[in-house]
Amino acid sequence: MSIEVRNVSKTFGDFAALRDVSIEVKAGELVALLGPSGSGKTTLLRTIAGLETPDPGSGDVLFEGRPLSELPEPERKVGFVFQHYALFRHMTVFENVAFGLRVRPRAVRPSETGIRDRVTALLQLIQMENLARRLPSQLSGGQRQRVALARALAIEPRVLLLDEPFGALDARVRQDLRRWLRRLHDEMHVTSILVTHDQDEALEVADRIVVMNRARVEQTGTPDEVFHNPASEFVMDFLGHVNLFHGRVESGRTVIGGVALESPGQPEGARARVLVRPHQLQIERAVEGQTALRARVVRVQSAGPVVRIEVRSETGETLRVDLSHDAYELTPVQRGDEVFVKPREARVFLEDYSI
Amino acid sequence: MMRALLLAVTALFLGLFLALPLAAIFGEALRRGWGVYWAAVTEPAALAAVRLTLFAAAVAVPLNLVFGLAAAWAVARFRFPGRSALVTLIDLPLAVSPVVTGLMYMLVFGLQGWLGPWLWERGIEVVFAVPGIILATIFVTLPFVARELIPLLEEQGEEEEQAARLLGAGAWQTFRRVTLPNVRWALLYGVILSVARAFGEFGAVSVVSGHIRGRTNTAPLHIEILYNEYNFAGAFAVATLLALTALGTLAARAALEWRTREAV
Amino acid sequence: MRFTARVSNPGRAPGFGLSLGFAAAWLGLAILLPVAALAAKASGLTWREFAEAALSERALAAYRLTVLASLAAAALNAVFGFVAAWSLARYSFPGKRLVDALVDLPFALPTAVSGIALTAIYSSGGWLGGLGLPLAFTPAGVVVALTFIGLPFVIRTVQPAIEDLDPGLEEAARLLGASPARTFVSVLLPALRPALLTGFAMAFARALGEYGSVVFISGNLPLKTEIAPLLIMSRLEQFDYAGATALSVVLMGGSFLMLFGINALDARARRNAG
Repeated sequence: MSIEVRNVSKTFGDFAALRDVSIEVKAGELVALLGPSGSGKTTLLRTIAGLETPDPGSGDVLFEGRPLSELPEPERKVGFVFQHYALFRHMTVFENVAFGLRVRPRAVRPSETGIRDRVTALLQLIQMENLARRLPSQLSGGQRQRVALARALAIEPRVLLLDEPFGALDARVRQDLRRWLRRLHDEMHVTSILVTHDQDEALEVADRIVVMNRARVEQTGTPDEVFHNPASEFVMDFLGHVNLFHGRVESGRTVIGGVALESPGQPEGARARVLVRPHQLQIERAVEGQTALRARVVRVQSAGPVVRIEVRSETGETLRVDLSHDAYELTPVQRGDEVFVKPREARVFLEDYSI
Repeated sequence: MMRALLLAVTALFLGLFLALPLAAIFGEALRRGWGVYWAAVTEPAALAAVRLTLFAAAVAVPLNLVFGLAAAWAVARFRFPGRSALVTLIDLPLAVSPVVTGLMYMLVFGLQGWLGPWLWERGIEVVFAVPGIILATIFVTLPFVARELIPLLEEQGEEEEQAARLLGAGAWQTFRRVTLPNVRWALLYGVILSVARAFGEFGAVSVVSGHIRGRTNTAPLHIEILYNEYNFAGAFAVATLLALTALGTLAARAALEWRTREAV
Repeated sequence: MRFTARVSNPGRAPGFGLSLGFAAAWLGLAILLPVAALAAKASGLTWREFAEAALSERALAAYRLTVLASLAAAALNAVFGFVAAWSLARYSFPGKRLVDALVDLPFALPTAVSGIALTAIYSSGGWLGGLGLPLAFTPAGVVVALTFIGLPFVIRTVQPAIEDLDPGLEEAARLLGASPARTFVSVLLPALRPALLTGFAMAFARALGEYGSVVFISGNLPLKTEIAPLLIMSRLEQFDYAGATALSVVLMGGSFLMLFGINALDARARRNAG
């Protein structure tokens, strides 16, 4: 089922949680709402679930073109996984999953055997058949998470909404579960929206990412688009480590210390902020023309998947350079060495923007 | 050394103020033997007093149970003007002297009170009659269920209820299947406290009862009458019944506390 | 209404009108109506009537005894209740769970039962009265009864506070060179003071209005062992509602002051904790 959020605003007292937010989710897509805490992502998810109503006079949430406010509750069929799971603490795992079936009006309620078959199938799906009689308090965090998911899936939801589904779990369990969730989604193709503040999670799991900041949508796009083509400094900064340079636009080029970068179309004389990811910097022993910054090596950390080099530039910035081990072999450096740092790619944002 | 001293002081203090009174009740009750005890407990006036006590509790406690649920729901789930005033009012019976409670009901339902004459003309007696005792019992037991439920409902939050609604449960289904089971032990505990208080209320009931033996005497009032007639064995015999109820309350409380601690 | 939920929003709890309506109606009938009757009666009194009843020599003596005996009882509870709370929180000993459960006995035991039991113990010829402690029918007897009914308050507020104390506090003080006594006075006691004060105030407030347990042990001698609630009762037995009302206003004024005090203490403790 497709979902459209159209010009929705939501305020709590004086606090604006959503300002004129619009997003579209296609049927069968898995979309991540990504942003720092307080950016409005959870409010947006709860609004899509119908748990919050948009401010009067602002827009609406549409399920397949029909406004949510006109859709009777039983027809909405929203599967929601709460951040802290909200499992019914007095019910067993089995009864938690069966709940959505048991509360149906008699006419559409499955028979007792029908309920048992369906719950058993779901418990198999989450690999917890043998824990069916446990209470939520007797489960680990990852198990609770899976029960919450199975419970949401039991009602055959038209949309699956997950609020920081892996937020409360250990790093290791989190990794396993998100791969599992992605596989599950590929099998079931339920339209899904997941809220997260972890950019790796969003990049790994989602078909598309909605980056939110301060109650607004900053950018919507595929993981590749938002990572490689960030629409704003905020998006670039949020999706991974960046090195920041301060520069000025001079005759179509942005100049930082000894480096000039081509940046056509920028207003002459404007102050610019230049953002470069650590893997987009390279280290040279010597340099030609205005292509590199002089710097001194402060620290080299070669244990890990990449070699991480910290340098202090002539303009006073501390920079991080990530090199592959192969590249490092070609130009090995040590603490205290004089080197040149050369940006291969950079994004220029004009100064009026602030994080 | 310090430990021994502190434990000795504790033992002396609690022995003097807890164990000794308890021993005195049972000791005095049985001082003249089981026969006298049994006779005092099964005497018609004693039985009538016990019956009235049970009856007053049976009316007052269920009403306050419903009230407690409603008040706790309103206070824990909504913000509204006058909310803190409501909470203060719920606590009020705990702060008012029982004798003053009795006086207040006299001023409403007594023959010189607001509603008394009007009710009297219609043949309805409230004070010096059973309804007065029930009203006084309602007043003194009003806070307990609400006070147990409010903090628990607030602490448990609304997420489980929201989850139930999103899974398709209606409002009543959610209340019956999710909210109520989650607070059942606190609810039971509130009821136990209410019952204990209802059985034991003395001052307020004493004012509104009129002490008509066999008709408006509750168990505590019956104890007072026997005691003032110097029938100590009889007074203590009836007192053992109330003391056993009290001990039952404490045991139930301990059991419930264990249960909730285990569940965490 | 602004506060009611729209049925179409499962995020809003339902039943606001129903629950608040019932709760407000019930409170109105069971509590506000009687309180209003008392207030109306009180405001109908002339100053002369009020002064005659509430400021008579007998009334003043009753207030004095009520307040002093309540203070004495709360103080006894503060000292010994603190020790008992400490023992229950820090030491393990045989029968601890039984003792812990029994602490609430004064809450659960009907006051009339407590009253006759204490009288049997402390009257001359009684269990302890015969051993040179004939406290019944003296002001000391009143203090005994009020100590009994206030006993759980201090223990039940201080005990969890002791259990929640960060063990690092004591260890840090000891490592910094403080003696055990010094650690207790300058580190532990200040941390426990809010709980102790709250327990003291609650025991005091409860004692102010107590009737059932005192009526038997005090002997009810006017000017000597008669507490304020007893004086109200004797006015009621003479059908002197005006006099009883005047005394009740004074007594309730005192209780409310205590209630406000306790709430303020609570609020302060919570602020400091948060």
